[in-house]
Amino acid sequence: MKQRVYLSFSEKTVREPLIWKLGHEFDVVTNIRTAEVREHMGLVGLEIEGKTEVVEAAVKWLEDQGVHVDPIEQNIIEG
Amino acid sequence: MSKSYVRALKCRECGQEYPIEPTHVCEFCFGPLEVAYDYDRLKGKFTRELIESRPQTMWRYKELLPIDGEPTVGVQNGYTPLVRARNLEKYLGVSELYIKNDSVCYPTLSFKDRVVSVALSKAVEFGFTTVACASTGNLAGSVAANAAAAGLESYVFIPHDLEQGKVLGAGIFGTKIIGIRGKYDDVNRLCSEVAGKYGWAFVNVNVRPFYAEGSKSLGYEVMEQLGWKAPKHIVVPMASGSLCTKVDKSIKEFIKLGLIEDNGTAVYGAQATGCSPISKSVKEGTDLIHPVIADTIAKSLAIGNPADGYYANRVIHESGGWAEDISDQEVVDAMKLLAEKEGIFAETAGGVTLGCAQKMIESGRLPRDESIVLCITGNGLKTQEAVLNAYAKPRIIDASLKEFDLLAQADGVK
Repeated sequence: MKQRVYLSFSEKTVREPLIWKLGHEFDVVTNIRTAEVREHMGLVGLEIEGKTEVVEAAVKWLEDQGVHVDPIEQNIIEG
Repeated sequence: MSKSYVRALKCRECGQEYPIEPTHVCEFCFGPLEVAYDYDRLKGKFTRELIESRPQTMWRYKELLPIDGEPTVGVQNGYTPLVRARNLEKYLGVSELYIKNDSVCYPTLSFKDRVVSVALSKAVEFGFTTVACASTGNLAGSVAANAAAAGLESYVFIPHDLEQGKVLGAGIFGTKIIGIRGKYDDVNRLCSEVAGKYGWAFVNVNVRPFYAEGSKSLGYEVMEQLGWKAPKHIVVPMASGSLCTKVDKSIKEFIKLGLIEDNGTAVYGAQATGCSPISKSVKEGTDLIHPVIADTIAKSLAIGNPADGYYANRVIHESGGWAEDISDQEVVDAMKLLAEKEGIFAETAGGVTLGCAQKMIESGRLPRDESIVLCITGNGLKTQEAVLNAYAKPRIIDASLKEFDLLAQADGVK
């Protein structure tokens, strides 16, 4: 499966090489498509490809590291 | 030859163009896609006279809405009143105040009927027979109702613990409602996966570029109702931020086509403090939006990571507007104020718009001597729980004239 997500990094996580770590922890192909990194936050558009359960575990791991993970549509649930 | 004036879908980030298809994200840079029109072909053909000759619905501006030919869904929607708010003018100390009252939008009493009509008309053109959305309120009701009227199948995804009244507001139309258990982010992600997997028109996912264009009709109507001019200032509530960008686009399009003069309109955004990522970014002078966990009674605006936040921020900045946010108590107070001064019962988002405008008038961000339009986007009957303790309860008496005389006397009635 191929999942397209936006990762929001906080001030705490923005300096961490988390996408590099993700590639070592999980058997997934990561492909950065857009990125904006500032002192206090970062935003990365990322494609994650791999077996469904591995991609899901990879997303969960990112969240556990304090990264906010959204689908590229961001908020789909509207009022 | 196509009757449409739509030229392509264009990436807002890198400018890459795509054919008119049910797609929403640039394959190259993940930027959002937006509908681009052939304005040169419209010049001289799309006139005030032509518009005025048509029925009073949002479709009188159909050349600037992304459908091919005539609409098939929500044919009667839109063209809500623009009310001169003379009592509020006095109360707030401003000279020219209007309310664009989408709390009476047909058929489900919110401005979502505009965007849904366009999304579903386009979905029919694309050949979809099932439409869907994920919502906690207005959008669910609008998709369900408009789909029912158009004979389309519909699926509505909601959090499993949504209030009964809101479930009813969609369920009554015979839609298939799926309640999802889980944290907000998990529910949101599941909806994205469903949208990607099933061959449906998911109104704010794969047909989002078309859906969002429906918001422009609110702006067109305001300009026509003001006598073919734009207001100097317009205040809109912000959830995803899309309405803010589309109102701005509507004004720029009318200027480009020579339908109005450039009035230098400034666009202002309103949020509840419990979910104010866009307002915060404007006030802090940054263009990056920090996602937040929403915690406010203004649930129709509770989008913690707004997809169009960056673009709304840019519109506000470039137009010379501002953004503000208010507490939940201020939302309730403003709902009451709007009801008591103008006889308009708006949902919580309407309280947000008026309350923020009030704050910006007091701080001098909104000048008192120029025209201001407030966009009220939904009906108060949908969020009655917010004001249950905010109105005077009836005084109970026996069926006796004597008892009423006493009350009338106490009220000073002669």
